[in-house]
Amino acid sequence: MTISQQLTDAFPGAVLKTDTFRDETTLTVKSSALRDICLHLKDKASFNYLIDISSVDHFGDEPRYEVVYELYSMSRAIHLRLKATVSEDACEIATVADLWPTADWHEREVYDMMGIRFLNHPDLRRILMWEGYPYHPLRKDFPLEGKHSDTPGVAFSDPAPLAGGPFVTVPTDGTTQVREPRARHAGDLAPREKFLAEP
Amino acid sequence: MSTTLSPVAYDAKIEGNVIFTKVDAAINWMRSNSLWPMPMGLACCAIELMAASSSRFDISRFGAEVMRFSPRQADVMIVAGTVTYKMALAVKRIWDQMPEPKWCIAMGACASSGGMYRSYAVLQGIDHLIPVDVYVSGCPPRPEALLDGLMKLQKKIMTEHSLADQKRELLESI
Repeated sequence: MTISQQLTDAFPGAVLKTDTFRDETTLTVKSSALRDICLHLKDKASFNYLIDISSVDHFGDEPRYEVVYELYSMSRAIHLRLKATVSEDACEIATVADLWPTADWHEREVYDMMGIRFLNHPDLRRILMWEGYPYHPLRKDFPLEGKHSDTPGVAFSDPAPLAGGPFVTVPTDGTTQVREPRARHAGDLAPREKFLAEP
Repeated sequence: MSTTLSPVAYDAKIEGNVIFTKVDAAINWMRSNSLWPMPMGLACCAIELMAASSSRFDISRFGAEVMRFSPRQADVMIVAGTVTYKMALAVKRIWDQMPEPKWCIAMGACASSGGMYRSYAVLQGIDHLIPVDVYVSGCPPRPEALLDGLMKLQKKIMTEHSLADQKRELLESI
């Protein structure tokens, strides 16, 4: 019996989607049931290791955010990926820091970079940016060059000049060399649909 | 008060033991050949800074081997690495704790201009916060480049005339 079947039996209606790609199983679950599912997976299905928590910003879609949990079972040597969506209005999801202590800092990072709050988290502070910084930099509507901020006595920030600089991605269906050229200048032509060397 | 000044006469006994110079020149000579660096190592440039101070490159040839991890004992702050906004005010605070006279070397692209980090997290050059005397290019610069920057700083110190400015009235009266 596969894990998705187990979960579907244990939590009827909570598993919204099951994907299998190259022997990797990804379950999309209801965010309200996420904590119970994690508890079940840890206690009944021996997923004793939480590898990572990350988050995705589907800017323009609703629900906007997605939190991704990478689980691993040491005894059975299998992976499992859980995804749960988070709406922009609520912008919060239950913590799993009491199940896997490593989730503490992972959830702090998601909170810092994406602004998703974790309910009942023991210590939900920023982890990379400083306390008092008003933005969440990995959101799609946050510019790479940053914004002005000022936390007196702690830190300040100003937009960085990007004109002509490398490593700035533009959305296009071209290759990496089109998306991120070594140099770009103000007034450059729009990026080509296809890289010249491509057939 | 009247004293009889004897003219300065040539004396073979003291030749070679007495040097006539300006106070500023003497002070500049002493300062520039005994620069105590404050190693502000923030990223990979700090590795090259360590190489510059070890045997192969030997920064002590230029009198700057006394790395002081207390800013109160340092003369020159070598900002070696990426200055993030989170670190920026700490760097400023350490700079403020250094006694005058003090100088600053921005080592490498990041400390000089933000380098390749055109992003929300990185201060675009330490000269936004503290005055920089010498910028060293490179990513990271080789130890020779840092030593070249140090020699440039020594040359700059030799041109200073702080005492002459400070004591101008006094010197003019005597």
